[in-house]
Amino acid sequence: MHVVGVAGVAALQVATIAVGGLVLVGLMRKVRARVEGRVGAPIVQPLRDVRKLLRKERLRPQFSTWIFPLAPVVLVATVCVAALMTPLITSRPALGAGSDLFVVVYLLLLGSAMIALAGLDTGTAFGGMGSSRALTIGALAEPALLVTILALSISAHSSNFPAIIRATLADPGVIVSPARLFALAALLIVIVAESGRLPVDNPATHLELTMIHEAMILEYSGPDLALVTLGEAMRLALLLGVFVNLMLPWGIASSTSIARVALGTLVLCAKVATVAGALSFVEVFIAKLRLFRLPELLAGAFVLALLGAVSGVVAK
Amino acid sequence: MNHSAFTSVLGLGCGVIVLCAVVTLWRRSLRAIVRALAVQGVALALVAMTLGLHGHDRVLEVVAVLVLLAKGVVVPSLITRVVRHDVASRETQPLVNVPASLVAAGVLIFLAFAASRSVTALASNATGRLIPYGLAAMLIGFFALATRRKAVSQIVGLLLVDNGIALVAFLATAGVPLIVELGASLDVLLIVVVLQVLATQMRLRLGSFDLDQLAELHD
Repeated sequence: MHVVGVAGVAALQVATIAVGGLVLVGLMRKVRARVEGRVGAPIVQPLRDVRKLLRKERLRPQFSTWIFPLAPVVLVATVCVAALMTPLITSRPALGAGSDLFVVVYLLLLGSAMIALAGLDTGTAFGGMGSSRALTIGALAEPALLVTILALSISAHSSNFPAIIRATLADPGVIVSPARLFALAALLIVIVAESGRLPVDNPATHLELTMIHEAMILEYSGPDLALVTLGEAMRLALLLGVFVNLMLPWGIASSTSIARVALGTLVLCAKVATVAGALSFVEVFIAKLRLFRLPELLAGAFVLALLGAVSGVVAK
Repeated sequence: MNHSAFTSVLGLGCGVIVLCAVVTLWRRSLRAIVRALAVQGVALALVAMTLGLHGHDRVLEVVAVLVLLAKGVVVPSLITRVVRHDVASRETQPLVNVPASLVAAGVLIFLAFAASRSVTALASNATGRLIPYGLAAMLIGFFALATRRKAVSQIVGLLLVDNGIALVAFLATAGVPLIVELGASLDVLLIVVVLQVLATQMRLRLGSFDLDQLAELHD
């Protein structure tokens, strides 16, 4: 019974991230449209887009290699594994024992790296440009990310993600400690940079000079594009889920009873939707940062994370 | 106020003070820099007030209110008046660029903690262990003084140093005597007034606040 329960919750977690991620993207577009005074597409539009793309023909660039079709699969697969490891709905995820924050984060980065390789693989000018920019941002965000994880794990004496969540639930005062607040602020900047939202990248533009993520996936079509869209949406949802659960871990299910799990799912969706809506609302009022100013933003995130880690050590 | 809330608020206040010091290096807009300075003043007043309430020290509570008025309201609004007249109120070309300044700030934070290890080892309570934050704010202030070229950002650097010293004083000795604090606050106020006069003169003669323009002789 217990095994069935754990497997069921694990499947639910992946399904919630997959469907919820696409709905989340739709929600963020809707919020943006409403704030700008437009009606906007329905919230379920990304789901419909993916369904339509899955039925289309698969086209491949002429000289691309095996990396090109492999990258979307790796992207979705790594996010699914990460979703199994992360305490999103339940505080005891299926792969909880190996759920080190470093492992989760680098699994997600593996998917991004594969997409960047696929962008280079197409051999087009845009693909190469997008990949080089995406990898630059990734490399700049990495020190901030590493120190953020360090800062988050100090209070729980462990970088095991479920352990951090349980330690936070046991002692909620940790949330307002400077270490956690600075680390969360740094994490938010890194999430925005990694998932290509404003002010780092504009997800709504295909302007050749400014696009980063769109440039990498320009050659994808049909089912491959559906997988890339799905993978990116899932990654955004997962990263935001990680963020909200570190910020407000309440509502997360501690057992596999149906009522607790249902409550956990609802609470998670509500929390992620709130944060995503707020992000999307703020995005309306900010412009994309010049590419050469990005090191400033990410260096700032690094100092924030460093301050968090130092505060964590001092508070010991 | 129980003990864990006391240390939590104190830690948060000190963290915000260092964060504001970092923000002055991070942002280019002089208005944003002055705003960070105002927030830092408020955080400093919060730290003083927390210490005063916890130790039932009436003088320290009065000092906290004075700090709030002087460093949180009066000084920033005086500097804002200078900034308002500057058409291009941005720190365009610092001697060290922004990412390098931020990394340097990280190194300075480490340096502050390493340098004050013997002090924090002596400290028996949570208050003493926060002294490195004051030192870090001071060092970042010195860095801003050394690398920024606008008159306003230099004065902000000086005020960062002053706030850092005040923070160390509050944490180490539960506040200096009221008369000393008053003297220091008046000094700062005087510096800002002098800055305002200087900046007005500079704008009239040179049309900008760039201190590099003072390096050569003009008719």
